[in-house]
Formats: sequence, C-alpha cells, structure tokens
Amino acid sequence: MTVTLNRIDDYRWEIPCTGDMNVPGMVYASESLLQATDSQDAFTQVVNVASLPGIVKASMAMPDMHWGYGFPIGGVAAFDWETGIISPGGVGYDINCGVRLAGTLLTESEIRPKLESLVNALYQNIPCGVGSTGSINLSPSDQKQVLKTGSLWAVRQGLGADLDLEHTEDGGCLPDADPSEVSEKAKGRGKKQLGTLGSGNHFLELGVVEKIYDPETAQRFGLFEGQVTLMLHSGSRGLGYQVCDDYLALMVKHAQKLGFKLPDRQLACARIQSEEGMKYLRAMSCAANYAWANRQILMHHSRKVIEKLLGIGPRNLGMRLIYDVCHNIAKKEQHLIQGTLQTLCVHRKGATRSFPPGHPSLCALYQHTGQPVIVPGDMGTASYVLAGTEKAMAETFGSTCHGAGRAMSRSAAQKAGKGRSIHRELENKGILVRWSGKSTLLEEMPDAYKDVSQVVDVVHGAGISRKVARLMPIAVVKG
Amino acid sequence: MGYRFIDHTADCGIQVVGADLNQLFENAAYALFDLITDTSVLEFRNERRIQVSGFDCADLMVNWLRALLDLWVCEEKLVKEVQIQELAEYQLTARIRMDDFDMLRHCLNREIKAVTYHHLQVSPNPDGWQATLVFDV
Repeated sequence: MTVTLNRIDDYRWEIPCTGDMNVPGMVYASESLLQATDSQDAFTQVVNVASLPGIVKASMAMPDMHWGYGFPIGGVAAFDWETGIISPGGVGYDINCGVRLAGTLLTESEIRPKLESLVNALYQNIPCGVGSTGSINLSPSDQKQVLKTGSLWAVRQGLGADLDLEHTEDGGCLPDADPSEVSEKAKGRGKKQLGTLGSGNHFLELGVVEKIYDPETAQRFGLFEGQVTLMLHSGSRGLGYQVCDDYLALMVKHAQKLGFKLPDRQLACARIQSEEGMKYLRAMSCAANYAWANRQILMHHSRKVIEKLLGIGPRNLGMRLIYDVCHNIAKKEQHLIQGTLQTLCVHRKGATRSFPPGHPSLCALYQHTGQPVIVPGDMGTASYVLAGTEKAMAETFGSTCHGAGRAMSRSAAQKAGKGRSIHRELENKGILVRWSGKSTLLEEMPDAYKDVSQVVDVVHGAGISRKVARLMPIAVVKG
Repeated sequence: MGYRFIDHTADCGIQVVGADLNQLFENAAYALFDLITDTSVLEFRNERRIQVSGFDCADLMVNWLRALLDLWVCEEKLVKEVQIQELAEYQLTARIRMDDFDMLRHCLNREIKAVTYHHLQVSPNPDGWQATLVFDV
C-alpha cells in the first residue's frame, strides 16, 4: 500500500483520514528530507496508529522519523485518558531513553591540551558497552526506591543536587510507579546496570557551543559561545527492555479484549482504563524512574572524572544541568482540544516534549523561555538546543523531534564503512572517539544518520520549537 | 547457512529457513547467538532442557528466542548448540548446550535488547519452512 501525502506547507504533510483511520496523519518534514529517504514504511505505521481507539487529533511523525515497531520512531500520538489506549510499542523498548545536557565554566581552549586524557579517563571510568555493569550494588529495597523515586533517589545518595531535579522533566520521577508491577526478570536485568551508559546509539559527549541563535534564551539556559558541555544519552537499560517485552506479551495475549484485529501485532495495546493498561502504566513509570536515576548517576560520575583529571574542584568546573529530556515515554497530560481541556495519554516515541513559556510543569528559570529541548545529532556533526513553543502545544501536544534519525540500516552502514577508518575521519575533524562494541562505530557512523540540521530546520520552520544554540562534539564515548 | 540478516533501519532482522520446523527453530537460535558473539569459540560447559509454548507458531518462535535470550541476559550463558526434541502445536522441548560468558574468551558483537513481533512471520515454503523477525538492538 502506497501512502499519499498532501502538502499543507513547506513543513507539514497530511495523510488523509481514510479506511480504518480514526484521525488523519500529520508528517513534519521538508521536501528534501522526504526525497532523501524512502519513508513509506514509516508512513504506513503512521496510518496504522491512526486506527487505534481513542486517538485524538492526528497520528503524527516528526522529521527524524523512521520505521519502528508498530509506531514509527519519531511518532507522537495522544489518546483520551478515559476511552483510549496505552501501547508499549508507542513508548519503545528503551523506556525513557533520553538525553541530558550540562554546561560548564570551561572553554574549548582550556581543555584541548588535555582532551585525549579526558576522553580516555571517561571511557575507562564510565561503564559502557555490551555486558557492562555499574559500581552501584542495589539491595532489593534500594531498587524499590530507585523505581519509585527516580532521580530523587540518586540525589539522596549524594549523587547530585536538588537543582538537578528542577531541571529534569517531571522532576525525574513519574508518580504512578509501582515496583510490584515490574517482573523479577526485569528487576534482575536492571540490578547491576544502574550507572551504565549502554551500547548502540547511547553515548557520552563533550561538546562546544559553536553558535548562539537566541542570546537571551541561551543566557537563561546557561549557555555561552565557546563553552564546554557534557551530553549524555542513555535509558532504562535491561530493566526497561524487559518491562516492554513483558507487557507486549501480556497485551498480545489479551488483544481480543480490544474488540478488533490489530493491523500489526507490535501495536499490541490495552485500554488505559483496564487492568493491563494500568499495570503497564505503573511498570513503565518504574522504568522511566530507573532511567532518570541512571542519567543522574552518569552525570555525577562524569563530573567526578573530569574534576579529577583536570585537577579542579566543582566550583571551578561549574557543571550545571541545563535540562534532561525523555525521548521514549507515555505521559498523562492536559491539552486544549477544540477549546476544552482534555486529559490525554501522550505517547512520544523518538520525540521530545517541547513545552512553552508559562507552562506550569516548568521551573521558574524556564518560565520565560519555554522548555530546553536537547536534540543530539550523529557523532560527527552538530547537536542543537531548542526551546519549546506555544505552537507545539497547539499542534503537536507540545512535542518536537528528538535527534537525527537513522537514514541507513545497520547492515548498509557496515557495507558503506568497509575499508574506512571512521575514528580517523572523526579525528581529522577534531573529534576524539572511544568505543567498545565491535560493530558500534560502523553502525553508528555519521553517514548512517539524517542531517540533524535539516531536521531542526523543519521543527524551527514549523514553529514547534525554536533554535537557541548549536553544539559541536569534540570527544565521544560510545558503548 | 540456515539464515541471513535482512535490512531494517535501526535494528537487526533475520530470515531463517529450515527443511522442517525443528530445523527452522534451531537455525533461528543460531542466528540470535551469531549476532551476539563469535559462536565458533564457544565451549560446551553445561546443558539444560527447556520447554516453551505459544498460542500460534509465530508466537512460539518469539517465546523460544526470548527464552534463549534470557539465558544470556539473566544468566550470562552463551548458547553453543540446540536440539529441538519435540515440537507440536504450539509447544516445544529443546536441549540447549551452553558456555559460560568469559570476557577473556568471548568477544561481544552487540547488545540484543529484545525479540520483537515486528515483521514476524513463520510459514511453509516449497523447501520446508521460513521465518522472519526483528531483534531490537
């Protein structure tokens, strides 16, 4: 089936509501992005999501979209809290995979002479890669607290400050978490992985602020040109993957309760107001909290490694969390739908929240600017800091893109990279990279991803987030 | 070779074949562990019998591979050899021969997070059986 897109403007393309669809599809993209990759599979998934019960307004895809499981990556879909569904496929296996960005007081010229030592120290001291385990030994009661309280648990252990919680979505804790809904298998997978980066597209990156687009907002965010930053991309590790797996299996088993046949088994879902739906919500919240604790711990340990290597104290490093955003999550939110405030379950899978100035969820510092949105690119090009907007609230349930999005499959990347030395190509651009997985560097090479600048130009042009700063990587650690 | 890797944008897909269902399920197991590690260096250190069930053949395939992945992610066991001993609608019994993960002997290629239902298909073909599915990495 070929899905037809009707152009609305330079950045918006509608998939008309036909057949089993309950709402239209809305794709945010540019002409050149649409021509650069064949996204028909992703569009089909946008159509399939539009057929799910209780979906509101539209089934959306951001410009970094690509083919996922059930829902596309880059997908945003909101469902009525009373009549709609919740779907593990609409969140993803890596529950609360997300990014945090911290600023420092350092400039590139200050750390360049020690950059190689720094990246080696980070690679050696931050657990990353397949099979890596963390240094934190969690007792069962500790683990319960991590699952219930997320970032707060880490801060209480001395692994951060209260300010970090204010600069994390939802204060780093979803309140519906109930550890009894997380299987022993999931808990077992997560037991030794707290404080680990993971592998695949997870990374730790030192960057430099290369360009400021909005000086006033950048200053409020704590960004300045030439500044050294730390970016972390990680999620809920094996615990989150297992929660997704467990609940997909449960929902597939009970699929007949939905009263209709799913177009794709991976779209397995349950009514939010059902036993299965509520259990998943509580377990997903636990996994989200685990991921926030994980990123909090990773940031703390990274800070310690940097301070020790440079021989400076916290005051001179001045590391401060700018914001922590989720990419894979389902949240209970209120949005205005045709003039009425409606409670919705907003699924963002490979998409980022983009709340505007004045939103009650934001801390006092960001009330004037809107939420910081962190958009990592591939390891050879830029990352961006954006700010949330009213337009996003009006159109996309306060959502925007999450990153570059893959353009090439892993096997195609392996073929394209054959005979090339990716790490030398990056070194020639002034980017030091350390990695552990045999296949990682080729599969994650810059060519495998879309051009993040084009992705960001679309969301900026569409008005669903606005550019604040561009960062360039100078050192990358990948698992 | 009883399987080949197929293209998927973000993850790893496999297409498996077998002269019969037993061989199909065995080849799928080998595909999974060939993605995880270099299986040519695995030693036979322990053995186990496992039973798996599903509500149809495709679901049985997913549950089978999930059970094998569990051996790795929960117990750090790497599967060297499998033999399907019984397979009827829709449950199987298999003998699994495994090695214990040793970072000095084993190199890990990638992390397999989960067995998905994406593009899941188990069906007969003129030469026996074929299956496709995708692993999340």
